[in-house]
Amino acid sequence: MEKLFKTVSFMSATLVMVLLASIFFSLFHTAKPAIEEYGFGFIKEKAWDEEVPIENDIAATPVKKEEPKAAVSSDDDDLASMLAGNTSDVPTKTVYGGLIPIVGTLLSTLIAMIFALPIAMGIAVFLAEIAPKQISNIVGIAIELLAAIPSIIFGMWGLFYFAPIVQSFVGGYQVSLLTAGLVLGVMILPFMAAITRDSMRTTPDVLKESAYALGATKFEVIKDIIFPYSKAGIIGSVILALGRALGETMAVAFLIGSVFSLPTSLTSPTVSIPVAMANSFGEATGMKTSALFYLAFLLFIISFAVISIAKFYFLRKDNK
Amino acid sequence: MPIMSIEDFSFTYASAPARSLSNINLPIQKNCITSLIGPSGCGKSTLLRSLNRMHDLYPNNEYEGKLMLLNQENDEMENILDIKKENEFIQLRQRVGMIFQKPTPFPMSIFDNVAYGLRISGIKNKTELKDRVEDALKGSALFGEVSDRMNKSAMGLSGGQQQRLCIARAVALKPELLLFDEPTSALDPISTAAIEELIVELKKDVSVAIVTHNMQQASRISDYTAFMYLGDLVEYGETEQIFLNPREKKTEDYITGRFG
Ligand SMILES: Nc1ncnc2c1ncn2[C@@H]1O[C@H](COP(=O)(O)OP(=O)(O)O)[C@@H](O)[C@H]1O
Ligand SMILES: [Mg+2]
Repeated sequence: MEKLFKTVSFMSATLVMVLLASIFFSLFHTAKPAIEEYGFGFIKEKAWDEEVPIENDIAATPVKKEEPKAAVSSDDDDLASMLAGNTSDVPTKTVYGGLIPIVGTLLSTLIAMIFALPIAMGIAVFLAEIAPKQISNIVGIAIELLAAIPSIIFGMWGLFYFAPIVQSFVGGYQVSLLTAGLVLGVMILPFMAAITRDSMRTTPDVLKESAYALGATKFEVIKDIIFPYSKAGIIGSVILALGRALGETMAVAFLIGSVFSLPTSLTSPTVSIPVAMANSFGEATGMKTSALFYLAFLLFIISFAVISIAKFYFLRKDNK
Repeated sequence: MPIMSIEDFSFTYASAPARSLSNINLPIQKNCITSLIGPSGCGKSTLLRSLNRMHDLYPNNEYEGKLMLLNQENDEMENILDIKKENEFIQLRQRVGMIFQKPTPFPMSIFDNVAYGLRISGIKNKTELKDRVEDALKGSALFGEVSDRMNKSAMGLSGGQQQRLCIARAVALKPELLLFDEPTSALDPISTAAIEELIVELKKDVSVAIVTHNMQQASRISDYTAFMYLGDLVEYGETEQIFLNPREKKTEDYITGRFG
């Protein structure tokens, strides 16, 4: 029996590793043409699905001409590809660059964090230390329910109810970096608050009592004892929330505008990596597919790095 | 002369159906060591934690009677159960310090641990902080062992050193009364002896109430002993009298090891 159990658990562990490795390599494999074509310059390249004249030194490489399908591109892109198409005597190629979705992903995540972090900390402190037990339990359940809401519902709510309110305050577009970031923030907020509350609750009573016994106020105990003690858990929750925000697709797809243009202000629409992938895979072929996989590969690496750091912190906490 | 006088004192926990302490009358003499002994669950910690109003950190616990604390400025006794405002609680806890069963170093440096109470009491002057931290560490027989690593984390100290650090942390505030709740029960015999010696040393400057389930410890260090049983104070007297000549049958049974 024990042997069977050992075998099964070993096999499941192996399966997970195999799965992880196979995802990594299939992403890498499909992205390879784009990686070879664009190299690290992909990260800095603004153009996405644009025709550009071929420069002399790479004129030898075969032109992978594609129909400029601009279902998700802005007017500018259409214009650019039209212009490029008209100057037919100059050889052109279609260029894919990751700068806009990468910037969109990082900025929307940053806005979400700036918005959600202080509020989540406030809620966690309230639940763990200030509210009476009954209230803390009720609000705690509400927070956990919020954390369980599917992201598409946040997206719909955000588009139809939240974005108009934000717009009425700051102007600009309803679909924008700002509204996408804020809804993303609302989404990760309950998750961060719940984990932070839990790790604050692990502070031993006797440690808090020792500080109170020296004449500390509640505020001082929270600041000097509870926060330092639960620091590792809080950082962990922040990084897990980061990972979630980076990869979020549905909520952001409703709100970010899905246009390939660099945001010029908080209220301008743009696109993020997951949204670019979700919107473009349908009609993508050839180099475009490969470029999308390159984006996916980059997102995988960013998220993987973020989660590894989170794990590192959690482990350090366990060892203490 | 008592520094604290416990009068007709009863205590009921919010979650308990009945009183955990009933009608306690007991003095804590100034510059003396008073030990509280009795079988586990008899209410020793409950009584001790009443003396700095620790129970107020949790809601709906109920005190009855009086806990009179000597105000050294005008020599009058004041009832600490009248305290309601946060700043009064802070003052009380600066005057009545507490050391717990397990050492509770804060996750910060040795220096910051000892300076903690001073800093939150508003002392900012660096040299004053340094002087008082060093005095407290010397007074707690720890300075020699830690003087070269004041900025290292306190978590790296041994259990006995950590407990002396906690004593230094309390002593730094120059309290009038120190409450010890089984301070050596988590320590080895050598560390225990060091702490006992330290407590005896401390009584020059401060009055001490100590809970212990170790009767040898009570007889070794304390001037007065109170024996408690099931939430009642059974007998109180000079330590020698309690151990050599108990008046109550219950006390005799307990100190001769017939129960507990
Ligand atoms: N937080 C609490 N809530 C309710 N009852 C408690 C609490 N703490 C202790 N008690 C009860 O009060 C009585 C005295 O406990 P305590 O003072 O800890 O005893 P001692 O320190 O003498 O071992 C015991 O019956 C214990 O179960
Ligand atoms: Mg006890």
